[in-house]
Amino acid sequence: MEGKKSKVSKVKKEVVIKNKYGLHARPAALFVQTANKFDAAITLHKDGQEVDAKSIMSLLSLGAESGSVLYLVAEGEDAEEAAQELIKILEKDE
Amino acid sequence: MNRKIKGIPASGGIAVGPAYCIGKEEYSVTKVTIPSSDIPTEIFRFEDALIKTRKEIVSLQKKIAQDLGFDHAQIFDAHLLVLEDRVLVEDVISQIRNHRVNVEFAFSQSIKKYIDTFSKLEDEYLKERIIDINDVSRRVLAKLLNKEKVSLAQIKDKTIIIAHDLSPSDTAVLPKKNILGFVTDIGGMTSHTVIIARSLGIPAVVGTQRATSTITTGETVIIDGVEGVVIANPSEKVIREYAEKLKREKKATKSYAVYKHLKAETRDKERCVEVAANIELPEELPLIEEFGGEGIGLYRTEYLFLGKKDLPDEEEQYKAYSLVAESVRPAKVIVRTLDIGGDKFLSRPEIPHDMHPFLGWRAIRFCLARPDIFKTQMRAILRASVHGNLKIMFPMISGVEELRNAKKLLHQAKDELRKEGIRYDEQIPVGIMMEVPSAAMTADILAKESDFFSIGTNDLIQYSLAVDRGNEKVAYLYEPAHPGVLRLLQQIIRAAKENNIWVGMCGEMASEVMFSFVLVGMGLDELSMPPPRIPKIKKLIRSICFSDAKRVAEEVVKLSTAKEVERYILAQLRELLKKEDLAEIFIKQ
Repeated sequence: MEGKKSKVSKVKKEVVIKNKYGLHARPAALFVQTANKFDAAITLHKDGQEVDAKSIMSLLSLGAESGSVLYLVAEGEDAEEAAQELIKILEKDE
Repeated sequence: MNRKIKGIPASGGIAVGPAYCIGKEEYSVTKVTIPSSDIPTEIFRFEDALIKTRKEIVSLQKKIAQDLGFDHAQIFDAHLLVLEDRVLVEDVISQIRNHRVNVEFAFSQSIKKYIDTFSKLEDEYLKERIIDINDVSRRVLAKLLNKEKVSLAQIKDKTIIIAHDLSPSDTAVLPKKNILGFVTDIGGMTSHTVIIARSLGIPAVVGTQRATSTITTGETVIIDGVEGVVIANPSEKVIREYAEKLKREKKATKSYAVYKHLKAETRDKERCVEVAANIELPEELPLIEEFGGEGIGLYRTEYLFLGKKDLPDEEEQYKAYSLVAESVRPAKVIVRTLDIGGDKFLSRPEIPHDMHPFLGWRAIRFCLARPDIFKTQMRAILRASVHGNLKIMFPMISGVEELRNAKKLLHQAKDELRKEGIRYDEQIPVGIMMEVPSAAMTADILAKESDFFSIGTNDLIQYSLAVDRGNEKVAYLYEPAHPGVLRLLQQIIRAAKENNIWVGMCGEMASEVMFSFVLVGMGLDELSMPPPRIPKIKKLIRSICFSDAKRVAEEVVKLSTAKEVERYILAQLRELLKKEDLAEIFIKQ
């Protein structure tokens, strides 16, 4: 992980889906809406699959059920901030 | 001729009319190769269709937020995101550019890819998002093909709506006055369709599984919302029979209006019972007043929990229960605590699929295992108890230990509220839904620790006769008149009387003409039923003397078979009732 000093940072974080219904329509919608607020390129990885986190169709097709482990990768000037906010959404248990 | 389809009777009444099948507009899309000079035009058409669809969804979302509340409108946020989905949009555009295909084809191909992926998902809930994606894609295709999505708003003739399932966006635009009834493939008693049908007072049969695949638009359909039967392409004879039935029901309904304000007192004034209403949704509340229900004998609370991804919090429940309490005050409301299977709430790995859901982890068993959910509900009921006359009823109690454990949690809830300084009815009565044979057999023990019993015959009969009603091969064994069932009822009622507690019945049997007066004769204090059945039962009870009812009740438990019991009761009714009353009360099915 690179430091904050460099202008373009890259962040990689592991996250476990806590919501007992998985990443379903409502949190997925919130997640995508939030992701789109940032300039950073954001991807989600699950079981070797990589999808664009700004696309709801891609996100839902991941089939991220409760308990699944995802990696979130953000790259760009606001990567750190984006990752923080998005992880919060993924880790919410409701 | 006469193709009969069975489903769940979700909203009463009978209707005959042409079918109108919706949700099946499959737009046929043909692949067209375009000259490269047309590529910008195709891309423009795509963007234009997306913008138009966006407008359509936004206005729909507003309408639904107004009509049904913000919660119902939220799903459209996801629909809007699909339109903005850059991966999807880029995929379509790149197909147009690279393969030089028309936009309709490119778009359908992209959507198809996603649907294929989704249908492979294991998670049922995520899989269901296919419905949403289909909904959005149909809208976009309609714009592209210049076929306005056949707007339901334009239905001009009186029709019966046949659908796989109706979404809020469908029902929001339906011209309500032209709809005679609903038939759906899926959905249970709490589905959106049912709510709408009941509030419109039109029949609905849901969960037919195959309505849309067997009925075609324009075909004549009979829908019997009382029996849960749909008949497609009926013969003249069947239509005439139903027209007769409808006419008789209408006439009877009119003549019943006088019973609205009358009590269910026997002809000899020896006995007066309460006739209360079974209610599930707030939309049904006006029906109680309309049909003259004396309070609510069964308030089902499952609707607050079903069809949602999040559990209702205490505040939401408190509001719902208060509304119901206030609307019938000072009459009573028996609130049945959550009667539902555990599989509805928890993610799969935690619990195995029940082989016999009716014998499995549900109702009080689930609630005792999840005190968090149970106590929240009881706190909400307790808080609402200051707004009216509430009673708490526990479902599926099989023995006194369960009752004690449930009451322990109730006391904890009370203690909490007291410490928090929140008001509630300290004397709130606590009763049992009598539906498990072992509870019936130990009714004398249970009566010492309960304030009342309400007999749930549907399950009691199913459990005591070991018959799954849903299984066609054994359904004939489901006999309310079985001497075994009657003796259990007698035992429950006797135990209640001996311990001076109140005993009612909220199962279907209470509203059956054949049995209701016998039950009064057995000593029930209350009968609770779907509101439309109340006037008929009041009339029946008012036409019979208590001494006769008691005599019949004593006689039936001595008979050997259900058939003998039924024959005996019918013969008695013929003797006891005036001919015209008999004909009116006993409208033949």
